[in-house]
Amino acid sequence: MRWVCLLFPRLALEGALRRRANPEAPFALIDGPAPRQCIRAANRAARDQGVKPGQARGFAEALFNAPLFKAPDAAPLSKAPNAAPDRGSRSGSSQRLETAPFDAESVERWRRRLATWAYGFSAQVSLHYPHALVFEIASSLDLLGPWPRLEARLRAELAELGFSHRLVIAHNPAAARVLVNAHDGLAVDEGGLESALATLRLERAGLGSIDADRDIVQTLKRSGFQRLGELFALPRSALARRFGAGLMRHLGELRGEWPLALDYHRPTPRFSRTFEFDRPVYAITGLTFPLKRLLQELSVFLMGQDAGVERFRLMFELEDGPAQPVEIGLVSAQRDPDTLLELTRSQLERVRLAGPVMRLTLFAPRLSAYAPIRRELLEGPARQAQAWATLHQRLVARLGEPVLKPLVEYREHRPEMAVLHGAGPRARDARAGAPRPGWLASVPQRCDDDVVQLLAGPERIESGWWDGGDIRRDYYLAQWADGRHAWVWCEPGRQGWYLHGWFG
Amino acid sequence: MNGLKALLDSRQVWRAQAGVDSDRGEAVASGHAQLDAILPGGGWPPAAISELLSTGAGNGELALLWPVLSRMTREGRPIVLVSPPGVPYPAAWRQAGVALEQCHWLDVQGREALWATEQCLRAGCCAVVVAWLPQADSRLMRRLQVAAASGDTLAFVHRPLAKVPEASPAPLRIRLHRHAELEILKCRGGFAPARRIAFGAGA
Repeated sequence: MRWVCLLFPRLALEGALRRRANPEAPFALIDGPAPRQCIRAANRAARDQGVKPGQARGFAEALFNAPLFKAPDAAPLSKAPNAAPDRGSRSGSSQRLETAPFDAESVERWRRRLATWAYGFSAQVSLHYPHALVFEIASSLDLLGPWPRLEARLRAELAELGFSHRLVIAHNPAAARVLVNAHDGLAVDEGGLESALATLRLERAGLGSIDADRDIVQTLKRSGFQRLGELFALPRSALARRFGAGLMRHLGELRGEWPLALDYHRPTPRFSRTFEFDRPVYAITGLTFPLKRLLQELSVFLMGQDAGVERFRLMFELEDGPAQPVEIGLVSAQRDPDTLLELTRSQLERVRLAGPVMRLTLFAPRLSAYAPIRRELLEGPARQAQAWATLHQRLVARLGEPVLKPLVEYREHRPEMAVLHGAGPRARDARAGAPRPGWLASVPQRCDDDVVQLLAGPERIESGWWDGGDIRRDYYLAQWADGRHAWVWCEPGRQGWYLHGWFG
Repeated sequence: MNGLKALLDSRQVWRAQAGVDSDRGEAVASGHAQLDAILPGGGWPPAAISELLSTGAGNGELALLWPVLSRMTREGRPIVLVSPPGVPYPAAWRQAGVALEQCHWLDVQGREALWATEQCLRAGCCAVVVAWLPQADSRLMRRLQVAAASGDTLAFVHRPLAKVPEASPAPLRIRLHRHAELEILKCRGGFAPARRIAFGAGA
């Protein structure tokens, strides 16, 4: 078991920056009640101007509005005072500090998204520690390559996502979490764990979480302890007596002696993504590219979930008027992006846009189990069945489900009821009965002049008095004027022939 | 005779029969002895369209096709009927020996019927595709013929008698007369006999 801990020191800020058009412009997150709002985090451009966490909002904004020669107020705050006037002259007062309120909920959302991303590397992902993500990686190393390569990949993907991070791999999650406080890129194995932990300063060892009431770090420091190693060196019984079981447990967890149960992140089984257009889109054909992007993202998501999708919704948000939803239904679960695109496109061919589209949202509320097809093993019947399923899928996608019909025999005497309405129980045994025509006309038609000769019959069909659809007819096999064979009937005691089918 | 051989050897005379037979797979027995005896290869041309021309439903088209349909469905292979002239009567199809669970029909008209036929042919998973396509002209028939060849599917296309004079890419064209009689208009790789052939219950 080896655990990776990723610490995101600027998660809230970077999450908010991702939504901004120009992430380079001075920006800060503010927190607190309205009259006493203060800076919670600031991006590089803002920090260069002297904005610091904890400043009052008004002060931070004043740093940008103040004329250059009054900047000395800000200068001591800046880490590079020599460079500060230089920057000030460049950015000047034309730049303003943009602010947004700190939103704990969106931070949580980003944490969950990152956990879903990490789920692609490991089945055991935990959000147990705030600001951090721990996941088990040893079981995935065979698949994802040796650790250095995987580390490079993790970092590259996080950089792509735009999140600064620190990363440590250690033998247990608790140790990884505390080591990431002091290190970045550290990889310790079981043997090196104790020595790596020993050098850690107490205030960075996560001891604050042991007991909220007692400031255990303060107590330990007053007792003369500076680093974890000094605690490890003490006899355990003495340590437990003086500082309580909580500390012992924490130290045990760090050293991997005490089992640690974590709640694992389970990705939400829903998918929702939106694509915004720069300009309105008027035709379905113009939606192909964004649709492809969305379906690719859906496919990646489904791959991570090891699931497929049978049904999803496309919401076309129109420039004027209400959103236009289109339900896309598939016959079986799919997750291949090309298949999804082909099926979605054929279903969209039947859709007329009610107006120019500004946003396209793909929403898959439910996932379903997906069994990937092992192509190399398919031979004979299995391959046939798969090809048939694909064909079925394609026909239904374009023509709609009710158009492709099976043939089912029902035990009902009235032809219309049996064939058209599917009344009566299903016939199970193959009974030989009176001859029936291969084709049944959906509505009997009057045909007095066309019958030349009656070849067989009559066969009396009299049924249905109980449901109001009672019939009383004599059926004949008749020869048509041009030699064709038809199934005709007349009502006993009445005039008039009706064509009801063809003996093909 | 020697002269002919010399011509053949010098590739000045080309034998149509040889070329056709070599690139054609095994013919699919129609189940009608008289017909099989006449058709080149001894049955329906595989991976191709056979065209059936008639005045409409009731000319014995089912009696002609049921033997091959019942054999295919009993082997567990699906068949598709595209826009048939009426609703298939399950009892009759079962009596004819067709396994109903392998039988599907598509209730579509017009362009969609052509599209569906092509899809079924191309997919290569249908044992037989039977389509009623009065709207198909010779260009569309060519397209379907290519689809049938690429999907290696046995196909039958019904068209009205008005299409008899039109050229058709189908290797086999059959005109259905009265009930249980047919006339071969064209068969690639063989000679179309002038006489009518009886089939079905009466044969």
